[in-house]
Amino acid sequence: MSVHVVSRKIYFGIFGALMVLTALTVWVANFALPGPLNAIVALSIAVLKATLVVLYFMHVRYSSKLTWVFVCAGIIWLIILFAFTLSDFLTRGWVPFATG
Amino acid sequence: MAESHATTYGLAHQFDDIEQQREAGTLGMWAFLITEILFFGGMFMAYVLYRTKDPDSFAFASAHLDWRLGGANTAVLIISSLTMALAVYYSQTGNREMLMVFLVLTMILGATFLGVKAYEYYHKYLDHLIPGSGFQWHGHGDPRHVQMFYFIYFIMTGIHALHMIIGLGIMTVILIMSKRGRFTPEYHSPVEISGLYWHFVDIVWIFLFPLLYLLGAHIHNQ
Repeated sequence: MSVHVVSRKIYFGIFGALMVLTALTVWVANFALPGPLNAIVALSIAVLKATLVVLYFMHVRYSSKLTWVFVCAGIIWLIILFAFTLSDFLTRGWVPFATG
Repeated sequence: MAESHATTYGLAHQFDDIEQQREAGTLGMWAFLITEILFFGGMFMAYVLYRTKDPDSFAFASAHLDWRLGGANTAVLIISSLTMALAVYYSQTGNREMLMVFLVLTMILGATFLGVKAYEYYHKYLDHLIPGSGFQWHGHGDPRHVQMFYFIYFIMTGIHALHMIIGLGIMTVILIMSKRGRFTPEYHSPVEISGLYWHFVDIVWIFLFPLLYLLGAHIHNQ
Protein backbone atom coordinates (compact mmCIF):
# COMPACT_ATOMS: atom_id res chain seq x y z
CA MET A 1 0.00 0.00 0.00
CA SER A 2 1.68 3.18 -1.16
CA VAL A 3 0.68 6.66 -0.10
CA HIS A 4 -2.52 7.95 -1.71
CA VAL A 5 -1.95 11.41 -3.19
CA VAL A 6 -5.24 13.32 -3.10
CA SER A 7 -5.59 15.48 -6.19
CA ARG A 8 -5.69 19.28 -5.97
CA LYS A 9 -9.09 19.24 -7.66
CA ILE A 10 -10.58 17.38 -4.66
CA TYR A 11 -8.94 19.82 -2.22
CA PHE A 12 -10.41 22.83 -4.05
CA GLY A 13 -13.81 21.14 -4.26
CA ILE A 14 -13.87 20.45 -0.51
CA PHE A 15 -12.71 24.01 0.15
CA GLY A 16 -15.60 25.36 -1.96
CA ALA A 17 -18.09 23.17 -0.10
CA LEU A 18 -16.75 24.37 3.28
CA MET A 19 -17.11 28.03 2.26
CA VAL A 20 -20.67 27.49 0.96
CA LEU A 21 -21.64 25.69 4.18
CA THR A 22 -20.14 28.54 6.25
CA ALA A 23 -22.23 31.08 4.30
CA LEU A 24 -25.28 28.85 4.77
CA THR A 25 -24.85 28.61 8.55
CA VAL A 26 -24.48 32.42 8.80
CA TRP A 27 -27.57 32.98 6.63
CA VAL A 28 -29.74 30.48 8.54
CA ALA A 29 -28.76 32.03 11.90
CA ASN A 30 -30.60 35.24 10.95
CA PHE A 31 -33.97 33.55 11.33
CA ALA A 32 -35.55 32.69 14.67
CA LEU A 33 -36.59 29.11 13.94
CA PRO A 34 -39.08 27.39 16.24
CA GLY A 35 -37.84 25.48 19.28
CA PRO A 36 -34.33 24.04 19.20
CA LEU A 37 -34.22 24.09 15.38
CA ASN A 38 -31.59 26.87 15.20
CA ALA A 39 -29.16 24.81 17.25
CA ILE A 40 -29.96 21.59 15.36
CA VAL A 41 -29.38 23.21 11.95
CA ALA A 42 -26.16 24.97 13.09
CA LEU A 43 -24.75 21.75 14.60
CA SER A 44 -25.74 19.64 11.59
CA ILE A 45 -23.87 22.00 9.26
CA ALA A 46 -20.86 22.02 11.62
CA VAL A 47 -20.81 18.20 11.78
CA LEU A 48 -21.02 18.02 7.97
CA LYS A 49 -18.11 20.49 7.62
CA ALA A 50 -16.03 18.59 10.19
CA THR A 51 -16.73 15.31 8.37
CA LEU A 52 -15.51 16.80 5.08
CA VAL A 53 -12.30 18.03 6.75
CA VAL A 54 -11.66 14.66 8.45
CA LEU A 55 -12.36 12.55 5.36
CA TYR A 56 -10.54 14.60 2.72
CA PHE A 57 -8.15 17.18 4.25
CA MET A 58 -7.09 14.66 6.91
CA HIS A 59 -7.07 11.78 4.37
CA VAL A 60 -9.09 9.42 6.60
CA ARG A 61 -11.15 8.31 3.59
CA TYR A 62 -7.95 6.93 2.07
CA SER A 63 -6.44 5.64 5.33
CA SER A 64 -6.19 2.15 6.81
CA LYS A 65 -9.00 0.41 8.70
CA LEU A 66 -7.06 0.88 11.93
CA THR A 67 -7.09 4.67 11.43
CA TRP A 68 -10.88 4.48 11.05
CA VAL A 69 -11.08 2.56 14.34
CA PHE A 70 -9.02 5.26 16.09
CA VAL A 71 -11.16 8.11 14.72
CA CYS A 72 -14.45 6.35 15.52
CA ALA A 73 -13.23 5.53 19.05
CA GLY A 74 -12.66 9.23 19.72
CA ILE A 75 -16.13 10.16 18.47
CA ILE A 76 -17.79 7.35 20.46
CA TRP A 77 -16.14 8.50 23.69
CA LEU A 78 -17.29 12.05 22.97
CA ILE A 79 -20.86 10.79 22.50
CA ILE A 80 -20.60 8.88 25.81
CA LEU A 81 -19.43 12.07 27.54
CA PHE A 82 -22.41 14.04 26.22
CA ALA A 83 -25.04 11.29 26.52
CA PHE A 84 -24.25 10.30 30.13
CA THR A 85 -23.88 13.89 31.37
CA LEU A 86 -27.07 15.10 29.69
CA SER A 87 -29.06 12.04 30.73
CA ASP A 88 -28.38 13.14 34.30
CA PHE A 89 -28.63 16.91 33.86
CA LEU A 90 -31.76 17.05 31.69
CA THR A 91 -33.73 14.57 33.78
CA ARG A 92 -33.22 16.23 37.15
CA GLY A 93 -36.58 17.17 38.53
CA TRP A 94 -38.42 14.42 36.70
CA VAL A 95 -38.66 12.43 39.90
CA PRO A 96 -39.74 14.32 43.02
CA PHE A 97 -37.52 13.62 46.01
CA ALA A 98 -38.69 13.92 49.58
CA THR A 99 -36.55 16.51 51.34
CA GLY A 100 -35.51 16.55 54.96
CA MET B 1 15.10 12.37 -5.51
CA ALA B 2 17.93 9.88 -5.69
CA GLU B 3 16.62 6.32 -5.96
CA SER B 4 19.66 4.77 -4.29
CA HIS B 5 18.73 5.82 -0.75
CA ALA B 6 15.00 6.32 -1.28
CA THR B 7 14.07 3.09 0.50
CA THR B 8 16.01 3.85 3.66
CA TYR B 9 16.06 7.64 3.93
CA GLY B 10 14.17 8.79 7.03
CA LEU B 11 13.44 5.21 8.12
CA ALA B 12 13.91 4.53 11.83
CA HIS B 13 15.48 1.14 12.59
CA GLN B 14 12.48 -0.29 14.46
CA PHE B 15 10.26 -0.24 11.35
CA ASP B 16 10.25 -2.78 8.52
CA ASP B 17 9.67 -0.16 5.85
CA ILE B 18 8.69 3.45 5.30
CA GLU B 19 5.01 2.52 4.86
CA GLN B 20 4.83 0.87 8.28
CA GLN B 21 6.55 3.89 9.79
CA ARG B 22 4.07 6.30 8.20
CA GLU B 23 1.13 4.22 9.44
CA ALA B 24 2.53 4.18 12.98
CA GLY B 25 3.08 7.95 12.88
CA THR B 26 -0.44 8.65 11.63
CA LEU B 27 -1.99 6.42 14.29
CA GLY B 28 0.11 8.06 16.99
CA MET B 29 -1.11 11.49 15.91
CA TRP B 30 -4.72 10.31 15.88
CA ALA B 31 -4.31 8.89 19.39
CA PHE B 32 -3.18 12.37 20.47
CA LEU B 33 -6.05 14.03 18.57
CA ILE B 34 -8.55 11.78 20.39
CA THR B 35 -7.29 13.17 23.71
CA GLU B 36 -7.75 16.62 22.18
CA ILE B 37 -11.31 15.79 21.06
CA LEU B 38 -12.18 14.88 24.65
CA PHE B 39 -10.26 17.86 26.06
CA PHE B 40 -12.32 20.29 23.98
CA GLY B 41 -15.35 18.00 24.43
CA GLY B 42 -15.38 18.70 28.17
CA MET B 43 -15.53 22.44 27.47
CA PHE B 44 -18.30 22.02 24.90
CA MET B 45 -20.12 20.00 27.56
CA ALA B 46 -19.84 22.94 30.00
CA TYR B 47 -21.15 25.24 27.27
CA VAL B 48 -24.19 22.99 26.67
CA LEU B 49 -25.03 22.75 30.40
CA TYR B 50 -24.85 26.50 31.09
CA ARG B 51 -26.66 27.35 27.89
CA THR B 52 -29.44 24.92 28.86
CA LYS B 53 -29.79 26.72 32.20
CA ASP B 54 -30.53 30.08 30.58
CA PRO B 55 -30.67 29.98 26.75
CA ASP B 56 -31.98 33.55 26.45
CA SER B 57 -29.12 35.15 28.41
CA PHE B 58 -26.66 33.17 26.27
CA ALA B 59 -28.35 34.44 23.11
CA PHE B 60 -28.23 38.07 24.32
CA ALA B 61 -24.56 37.68 25.30
CA SER B 62 -23.78 36.08 21.94
CA ALA B 63 -25.53 38.89 20.05
CA HIS B 64 -22.90 41.28 21.43
CA LEU B 65 -20.11 39.39 19.62
CA ASP B 66 -19.38 40.59 16.09
CA TRP B 67 -20.33 37.67 13.83
CA ARG B 68 -18.65 39.40 10.87
CA LEU B 69 -15.24 39.16 12.58
CA GLY B 70 -15.96 35.57 13.62
CA GLY B 71 -17.15 34.74 10.11
CA ALA B 72 -14.08 36.35 8.53
CA ASN B 73 -11.89 34.31 10.87
CA THR B 74 -13.78 31.15 9.91
CA ALA B 75 -13.02 31.88 6.25
CA VAL B 76 -9.35 32.58 7.10
CA LEU B 77 -9.04 29.23 8.89
CA ILE B 78 -10.74 27.28 6.10
CA ILE B 79 -8.40 28.91 3.53
CA SER B 80 -5.45 28.00 5.80
CA SER B 81 -6.68 24.39 5.85
CA LEU B 82 -6.68 24.44 2.04
CA THR B 83 -3.13 25.85 1.90
CA MET B 84 -2.05 23.22 4.49
CA ALA B 85 -3.62 20.43 2.40
CA LEU B 86 -1.79 21.78 -0.67
CA ALA B 87 1.48 21.92 1.30
CA VAL B 88 1.02 18.20 2.06
CA TYR B 89 0.27 17.61 -1.64
CA TYR B 90 3.51 19.31 -2.70
CA SER B 91 5.51 17.39 -0.07
CA GLN B 92 4.07 14.16 -1.52
CA THR B 93 4.98 15.18 -5.07
CA GLY B 94 8.44 16.39 -4.03
CA ASN B 95 8.04 20.06 -5.00
CA ARG B 96 10.11 21.79 -2.31
CA GLU B 97 9.54 25.39 -3.49
CA MET B 98 5.75 25.05 -3.56
CA LEU B 99 5.78 23.19 -0.24
CA MET B 100 7.56 26.14 1.38
CA VAL B 101 5.29 28.69 -0.33
CA PHE B 102 2.18 26.98 1.02
CA LEU B 103 3.66 26.51 4.50
CA VAL B 104 4.37 30.25 4.63
CA LEU B 105 0.85 31.04 3.35
CA THR B 106 -0.61 28.78 6.05
CA MET B 107 1.42 30.59 8.71
CA ILE B 108 0.39 34.03 7.42
CA LEU B 109 -3.28 32.99 7.56
CA GLY B 110 -2.81 31.57 11.06
CA ALA B 111 -1.22 34.85 12.20
CA THR B 112 -4.10 36.78 10.58
CA PHE B 113 -6.58 34.74 12.61
CA LEU B 114 -4.70 35.53 15.82
CA GLY B 115 -4.56 39.22 14.92
CA VAL B 116 -8.33 39.42 14.45
CA LYS B 117 -8.78 37.48 17.70
CA ALA B 118 -6.54 39.94 19.58
CA TYR B 119 -8.57 42.86 18.14
CA GLU B 120 -11.78 41.22 19.37
CA TYR B 121 -10.32 40.54 22.84
CA TYR B 122 -9.22 44.19 23.11
CA HIS B 123 -12.73 45.44 22.37
CA LYS B 124 -14.23 43.02 24.87
CA TYR B 125 -11.79 44.51 27.39
CA LEU B 126 -12.91 48.06 26.50
CA ASP B 127 -16.56 46.96 26.90
CA HIS B 128 -15.86 45.55 30.41
CA LEU B 129 -16.77 42.05 29.30
CA ILE B 130 -13.75 40.25 30.80
CA PRO B 131 -15.24 38.01 33.53
CA GLY B 132 -14.26 38.99 37.05
CA SER B 133 -14.74 41.97 39.36
CA GLY B 134 -14.63 44.44 36.45
CA PHE B 135 -17.39 42.72 34.49
CA GLN B 136 -20.29 44.98 33.54
CA TRP B 137 -23.43 44.15 31.57
CA HIS B 138 -26.25 46.57 30.90
CA GLY B 139 -28.08 44.71 28.15
CA HIS B 140 -30.84 42.11 28.27
CA GLY B 141 -30.47 38.87 30.17
CA ASP B 142 -29.26 37.82 33.59
CA PRO B 143 -25.78 39.39 34.08
CA ARG B 144 -24.56 36.28 35.93
CA HIS B 145 -25.41 34.01 33.02
CA VAL B 146 -24.05 36.53 30.52
CA GLN B 147 -20.80 36.54 32.50
CA MET B 148 -20.76 32.73 32.36
CA PHE B 149 -21.12 32.94 28.57
CA TYR B 150 -18.11 35.26 28.39
CA PHE B 151 -16.15 33.05 30.78
CA ILE B 152 -16.74 30.07 28.46
CA TYR B 153 -16.07 32.29 25.41
CA PHE B 154 -12.66 33.41 26.69
CA ILE B 155 -11.59 29.96 27.91
CA MET B 156 -12.60 28.15 24.71
CA THR B 157 -11.35 30.72 22.19
CA GLY B 158 -8.26 31.28 24.36
CA ILE B 159 -7.30 27.59 24.39
CA HIS B 160 -8.10 27.41 20.69
CA ALA B 161 -5.81 30.41 20.10
CA LEU B 162 -3.11 28.68 22.18
CA HIS B 163 -3.41 25.72 19.81
CA MET B 164 -2.99 28.11 16.87
CA ILE B 165 0.17 29.57 18.44
CA ILE B 166 1.56 26.05 18.97
CA GLY B 167 0.57 25.28 15.37
CA LEU B 168 2.57 28.26 14.14
CA GLY B 169 5.58 26.92 16.09
CA ILE B 170 5.17 23.48 14.50
CA MET B 171 4.89 25.06 11.03
CA THR B 172 8.09 27.03 11.68
CA VAL B 173 9.94 23.76 12.42
CA ILE B 174 8.45 22.08 9.32
CA LEU B 175 9.41 25.10 7.20
CA ILE B 176 13.02 24.94 8.42
CA MET B 177 13.12 21.18 7.76
CA SER B 178 11.75 21.80 4.24
CA LYS B 179 14.34 24.46 3.57
CA ARG B 180 17.05 21.98 4.55
CA GLY B 181 15.62 19.49 2.06
CA ARG B 182 14.68 16.93 4.70
CA PHE B 183 11.53 15.72 2.93
CA THR B 184 11.22 13.42 -0.06
CA PRO B 185 8.12 11.97 -1.76
CA GLU B 186 8.84 8.79 0.25
CA TYR B 187 9.54 10.52 3.55
CA HIS B 188 7.16 13.38 4.32
CA SER B 189 5.32 12.12 7.41
CA PRO B 190 6.20 15.18 9.55
CA VAL B 191 4.42 17.46 7.05
CA GLU B 192 1.38 15.21 6.93
CA ILE B 193 1.17 14.75 10.71
CA SER B 194 1.52 18.50 11.32
CA GLY B 195 -1.27 18.94 8.78
CA LEU B 196 -3.51 16.64 10.84
CA TYR B 197 -2.97 18.91 13.84
CA TRP B 198 -3.69 22.06 11.83
CA HIS B 199 -6.92 20.63 10.39
CA PHE B 200 -8.03 19.50 13.85
CA VAL B 201 -7.66 23.05 15.20
CA ASP B 202 -9.73 24.21 12.21
CA ILE B 203 -12.48 21.69 13.12
CA VAL B 204 -12.65 23.04 16.69
CA TRP B 205 -13.29 26.51 15.27
CA ILE B 206 -15.94 25.12 12.88
CA PHE B 207 -17.93 24.24 16.03
CA LEU B 208 -16.99 27.32 18.07
CA PHE B 209 -18.12 29.81 15.40
CA PRO B 210 -21.85 28.92 15.25
CA LEU B 211 -22.08 28.10 18.98
CA LEU B 212 -20.51 31.37 20.16
CA TYR B 213 -21.09 33.93 17.40
CA LEU B 214 -24.31 32.93 15.64
CA LEU B 215 -26.37 32.02 18.70
CA GLY B 216 -27.89 35.50 19.00
CA ALA B 217 -27.76 36.54 15.33
CA HIS B 218 -31.55 36.44 14.95
CA ILE B 219 -31.96 38.94 17.80
CA HIS B 220 -30.66 41.75 15.59
CA ASN B 221 -33.48 41.17 13.15
CA GLN B 222 -36.30 41.50 15.64
